[in-house]
Amino acid sequence: MADIAEAGSIDQIKQYIDVMINNEQYGIDISYIDNIIRMQRITRVPKAQEYFPGVINLRGEIIPVMSLRRRFGFEDDVFTPKTRILILKPEPQASIGFIVDEVREVITLKEEEIDRVVTSEDKNTYITGIGKHTKGLISVLNVAAVLQEKEKGE
Amino acid sequence: MDVSQYLEVFIEEAKEHLQALNEHLLILEKEPENENTINEIFRAAHSLKGMAGTMGYKRMQKLTHDMENVFQEIRSGKMKVRPELTDCLFEGLDALQEYVDNIINTQDEGMNDNQPLIDTLAHELEVGLKGEAAAPEPAKKEEPAPKKEEAEAPKANSVAYADHEKMAIKEAASQGLTTYEIHVDLQESCLLKAARAYLVFKAVEEFGEIIKSVPDAQMIEDEKFDLSFVVCVLSKAAPEDLRKRVLNVSEVKEVTIEKVTFDNVEVAEVKDEEKKEEEKKPVPQAPTASAAAAASTQKPAGQTTAKKAVVNRSVRVDIEKLDDLMNLVSELIIAKNGLASISPDDYAGKEKRSAYNEQIEYLERITGNIHQSVMKVRMVPIESVVNRFPRMIRDLSKKLDKPMELYMSGEETELDRTVIDEIGDPLMHILRNSADHGLESAEVRKSLGKPETGSIFLNAYQEGNSVVIECSDDGGGINTEKVKAKAIEKGTITEEQAETMTEKDFIDLLFKPSFSTADKISDVSGRGVGLDVVKSKIESLSGTVECRTALGQGTTFTIRLPLTLAIIQSLMVIIGDEKYAIPLGSIDTIEDIPIEEIKRVERKEVVNLRGSVIPLVRMADILDVPVRREEKNTVTMVVVAKGEKKAGLIVDDLIGQLEIVIKSIGKYINNSKIISGATVLGDGEIALILDTNALV
Repeated sequence: MADIAEAGSIDQIKQYIDVMINNEQYGIDISYIDNIIRMQRITRVPKAQEYFPGVINLRGEIIPVMSLRRRFGFEDDVFTPKTRILILKPEPQASIGFIVDEVREVITLKEEEIDRVVTSEDKNTYITGIGKHTKGLISVLNVAAVLQEKEKGE
Repeated sequence: MDVSQYLEVFIEEAKEHLQALNEHLLILEKEPENENTINEIFRAAHSLKGMAGTMGYKRMQKLTHDMENVFQEIRSGKMKVRPELTDCLFEGLDALQEYVDNIINTQDEGMNDNQPLIDTLAHELEVGLKGEAAAPEPAKKEEPAPKKEEAEAPKANSVAYADHEKMAIKEAASQGLTTYEIHVDLQESCLLKAARAYLVFKAVEEFGEIIKSVPDAQMIEDEKFDLSFVVCVLSKAAPEDLRKRVLNVSEVKEVTIEKVTFDNVEVAEVKDEEKKEEEKKPVPQAPTASAAAAASTQKPAGQTTAKKAVVNRSVRVDIEKLDDLMNLVSELIIAKNGLASISPDDYAGKEKRSAYNEQIEYLERITGNIHQSVMKVRMVPIESVVNRFPRMIRDLSKKLDKPMELYMSGEETELDRTVIDEIGDPLMHILRNSADHGLESAEVRKSLGKPETGSIFLNAYQEGNSVVIECSDDGGGINTEKVKAKAIEKGTITEEQAETMTEKDFIDLLFKPSFSTADKISDVSGRGVGLDVVKSKIESLSGTVECRTALGQGTTFTIRLPLTLAIIQSLMVIIGDEKYAIPLGSIDTIEDIPIEEIKRVERKEVVNLRGSVIPLVRMADILDVPVRREEKNTVTMVVVAKGEKKAGLIVDDLIGQLEIVIKSIGKYINNSKIISGATVLGDGEIALILDTNALV
């Protein structure tokens, strides 16, 4: 709802944050995003899923951060000055951070510019579709799937 | 009629009345002749009926009314309390509870007329009366007392004006203000007369200044008036508007407005009878003079009336507001810790340093006190949870056909609000278990030489920083052999395992999911979703539950809950290069152990500490700490206790004691049981909090 309003159009235009992960472009629906912060000291949480490096302190709030690289099975993160943590708020009371290599810009994609990916149960698909943008092909992240898998992968 | 603003008050009071009815009905069941109790019941039912009527909940009012009739007959001694009758009345209370629940959820009482119940009540009434007294007709005279009062009480509805008031009226008239006498008649069924009067006052105040009332404000506030009263107001408004506004107040039967002019003030003392007639007619703005009634006691009025009847010194606060306050206190404590962690050594001389420390200590005291106060505000006596249990046990007793009695103590013990909200269900589970599985049937008890009536005890008390709730019964206890057989049968354990298990281990099996020893499944308990739920619930509240049993003598469940959840004292330790917090409440002692004292028993490391053998837990291993310290000649061991069990946690270093604010690490990250949360240290760093219960 909010995303449509923000896009300012009824024409199924959505805004996405264009991020780099392992030299690939991903788009994250902007309505999820609460904040973008620089890399921070991460406190390790023992026995957590391997793709959760730990938790950070964001103004007194403790937020778990996930490494999307580890999540997607890429090489482990190499933190550079460009590394960012996207703070997402999938639910009002629960925030989560995604570590990405770089945040580039906000882009808009029309519905027809996205080729939907058929998601099947057995495959680990974390994208809902491929967006065709002037800047190249952008994988549209399925945030719910990225978050959900934790129960299965335990 | 807009009553929504009173809805909350109504719900709260309705709940209180229902609780009172439940409690007293239980007493009445045992002592049918207890006059005080009958009076209490009658009063509560009567208030409830009135409130429901005021709020426009007709069905609820009807049911309460019929129940009240029964109480009335009991009170007047025409009827005896019989078991069928109490059953029926209890059912009535449940139906009323249902209405209230509906109102809470939807602001509407629902569509259930509960006609069968009303019929049963009527039947009971008839049977009861026929059996006992001569009067066969279903006595409909409800509330004879107030009516009599009405007849006898002098009508206090005419106004006499003192000289200074006449002056005021004259002066007002010169400013274009008209003085009205508003005669208000309340409905006979009106219960909260003072409250109604107050609403009338408020309504009238919207139009102008109230100069006096008969009887005076104080007496109205104290409800020392009959069904009518008079308010004098200086106003520019049209009398019809005034009348409409006052009629808007519920339970006002009639409103008559008279204009007071200087003249008729002067002659006020004449026309007594005339007035009385007029007052009954709905003629607004009757220009007749008001009369002075001899009966109306008067003080020189003139002060503005409508004082609020404040008796209660408490304020209801939304729990969310308290949570906000709590969060702010948490922030304050973090800020204080941050300040304390800045060492002044670098930039200050010795004098400044001590001044700094002094201020830090001062700040510490203040934050500590604020924390205490806020915590206290959040504390609720456990009574609010346990007061429904006597009724529950009574119903269970009937249902299971086992005589039993619940004895409670320590209901005044206070617990954090969040804990109170959660603890009800686990307690209910345990009590149901005691009633269903614990207590034997009357015949068995008799043959065992026990009193036929089984006893269940519920005791709550504070112990140090925790609250203990004990639930015990004098039933058969847990048959560990039976548990063993069942566990083997279900494949929970193998026979070899069973050989080595202790009595306590078997009892612990009961807390495992889907394990029930009841031979038959009843709808009271025994579906095997009981004790494991109880356990996980209590552990989610950072509490523990233990069970002790003696075959043939009974079972005791001991629940231990922390007093507070949000802020705790902890010991900060270093493991590897990471900081962890261990709640101080669970720490027994801290010891330095020479390496050579560590022994191995069954491939586990233990240490003999002053005669007791304590298993060791190497925290660096448990936590997979990436950076390891070198082995030293002595290790630091933090001995933690869970009930009677102990364990020695080996840590690399101690930092010290710190007051920490517990925060959740979020739902997305996989939380092992070892970590109960996290806290932000003064320098912004995060330290994880260890849950020692999972380690012992």
